[in-house]
Amino acid sequence: MSEAELKNFTINFGPQHPAAHGVLRLVLELDGEVVERCDPHVGLLHRGTEKLIESKTYLQALPYFDRLDYVAPMNQEHAFALTVEKMLGIEVPRRGQLIRVLYCEIGRILSHMLNITTQALDVGALTPPVWGFEEREKLLVFYERASGSRFHAAYIRPGGVHQDLPQDLIDDIEAFCDPFLKVLDDIEGLLTGNRIFKQRNVDIGVVTLEEAWEWGFSGVMVRGSGAAWDLRKSQPYDCYDEMEFDIPIGKNGDNYDRYLIRMEEMRQAVRIMRQCIDKLNAPEGKGPVASTDTKVVPPKRSEMKQSMEGLIQHFKLYTEGFKVPEGETYCAVEAPKGEFGVYLVSDGSNKPYRCKIKAPSYAHLSAMDFLCRGHLLADVAAVLGSLDVVFGEIDR
Amino acid sequence: MIDWILMALDYLVGIPFLGWGASIGFVWKALLMLVVLLVITAYVLLADRKIWAAVHIRRGPNVVGAFGLLQSFADLLKFVFKEPIIPAGADKVLFLLAPLITVLLALTAWVVIPVDAGWALSDLNVGILFVLAISSLSVYGIIIGGWASNSKYPFLGALRSAAQMVSYEVSIGFVIVTVLLIVGSLNLSDIVVAQQEMGLAHALGVPWMNFLNWFWLPLFPMFIIFFISALAETNRPPFDLPEAESELVAGFMVEYGSTPYMMYMLGEYVAIMLMCAMTTILFLGGWAAPLEIAPFTWLPGVVWFTIKASMVFFMFSMVKVFVPRYRYDQLMRLGWKVFLPISIAMIFVVALVLQITGWGWNGGVA
Repeated sequence: MSEAELKNFTINFGPQHPAAHGVLRLVLELDGEVVERCDPHVGLLHRGTEKLIESKTYLQALPYFDRLDYVAPMNQEHAFALTVEKMLGIEVPRRGQLIRVLYCEIGRILSHMLNITTQALDVGALTPPVWGFEEREKLLVFYERASGSRFHAAYIRPGGVHQDLPQDLIDDIEAFCDPFLKVLDDIEGLLTGNRIFKQRNVDIGVVTLEEAWEWGFSGVMVRGSGAAWDLRKSQPYDCYDEMEFDIPIGKNGDNYDRYLIRMEEMRQAVRIMRQCIDKLNAPEGKGPVASTDTKVVPPKRSEMKQSMEGLIQHFKLYTEGFKVPEGETYCAVEAPKGEFGVYLVSDGSNKPYRCKIKAPSYAHLSAMDFLCRGHLLADVAAVLGSLDVVFGEIDR
Repeated sequence: MIDWILMALDYLVGIPFLGWGASIGFVWKALLMLVVLLVITAYVLLADRKIWAAVHIRRGPNVVGAFGLLQSFADLLKFVFKEPIIPAGADKVLFLLAPLITVLLALTAWVVIPVDAGWALSDLNVGILFVLAISSLSVYGIIIGGWASNSKYPFLGALRSAAQMVSYEVSIGFVIVTVLLIVGSLNLSDIVVAQQEMGLAHALGVPWMNFLNWFWLPLFPMFIIFFISALAETNRPPFDLPEAESELVAGFMVEYGSTPYMMYMLGEYVAIMLMCAMTTILFLGGWAAPLEIAPFTWLPGVVWFTIKASMVFFMFSMVKVFVPRYRYDQLMRLGWKVFLPISIAMIFVVALVLQITGWGWNGGVA
């Protein structure tokens, strides 16, 4: 009798899989239920964003950033706006900065809330997503009230933000904060102390600090391993240097630590939101929300209707757009998923010569293989949930 | 010979009012049981979804009929009118046989369940063994279905269920043994009667406080283990590994659709109801009222049985809502390293206590 040939059991995890977080296709080689190799295939959501941006004016390029990490759209816009402002050398008025920070923290909650609850879903807890999504819905309404759009806001623009916030919206955001913390407590009551949740997450997907640096991780993936690295503290942009907040860090670098960090970051985000609201309500928080330099931001509508100069500027901005001086720059923000950076090269025209996007999820996804090797099939879903990947920004 | 055939016919399909036969035929009783069971299943399914929705702060199904009361029947129609798709690589006969096995076995076990004094289709002397045997067989429905699909996810689901259901059957078996030690009979009606005629309430001199008599109290850890094992046995969360959505998509049911899929779901829910009924019989005093005083005793036994089984089902539902899913190895560890030793130890403890105190039911023979 000839010797039987043994080979691993290969399965396709995705692209249509409920736990694939979008359109990820993982080719898994299994020995029984133990993962021998995990091979992520990306690109199914590739839309050529970077190339498209090269043929658009700077303002037209902005909405593409909403569509990268579509879970927290404004954080990406922020990175692009900061990059363009850096090249133009313009300053955003204080109220504009405060509104930006306020909405970036809302975006952080949007993203973390989705991630934590779907991580729970990936280990089989069915209730947290529904509770969390109700809160997300409220935040998306704030997005809509500010920009007219729930997701693809195009609100944070080079020079400031598109429009001022009405006072009742600011009051409603303030009223949202306290009940939201209670919902967080409820969700935490379901998960943090839950023995099964802990068994599924503690010591799973462990990333050491060295590995985190070697693989180019950022954001929660680094903080979970114990480094207090946060761009909001280390190189503050806009008015983050005025804000008081703490950076939670983990010890073991496992799924559970990352879960706890995201939970705490949501609380810190609420803290920052409160400070922003206080400052917006204070007298020095009033004023323009976008650069008054009409080279980048169009003049007020009343002015456009009455002055010839205003009309010309308005026409030029919406047809030709503004020109950015020749040069190149890189600017990064602490997006909910990690360091989201934009590298812009300008040839002095009204369109970017090159726009390279650094998406944090892309680096994190590359960890799938070494994190899952030797673990069980069920852990693949748990690790994937904890990496917090979004395919809009990975495939671009 | 003719006499014998007539007797058999009478037993099976006799109708008393037509002057033919002395009792209602077995077939009619079985048919009644089947219809009632299926209608209840429809509402249990709805209740499950409604409870789930309530915790989620959703409304749940509320469109078909008032409060969604006809939702399950609408679903039934939808499933039946859909085209059953059999994958090209599947074994056609086994593929279709598997859901049938599941649903048939789940229904068969109900034959011996007494829902009131004397209200069992067949008051079998070895009733509990029958239930155990039938529910052990139900693993075949899943394994055959997963294997016959000839597809990778169902295959993994089938493997998991084979290991899981066998493991938890063992601890269920030992839990039942502790009950049997006290009762001394394998008859399910006897187990219920034993819980009225002896127990803590009698010992305390308050025999009307019936609920103290029931076995959930003296066998408390066993009650919990039985409940948890019942979750595992019926593939409910946190033990729904064979169909784990976030890992295996739908496990052994991936390739199923339309009527065969519906039969799996039906079988699953009938099995869950069976486990609720078994919990009621073994630990919650079956059809007996919780207090043997006026307003409580007015309700017929079958109503009390339904109320108790519904409460157990409510627990099933709430567990589903609140817990994450175990991983495969953790599930095995829980079954073999926690439940099995505890239940074996309890057998010795119970046996020892019975031996020393002389406690136990004497089968009502005084």
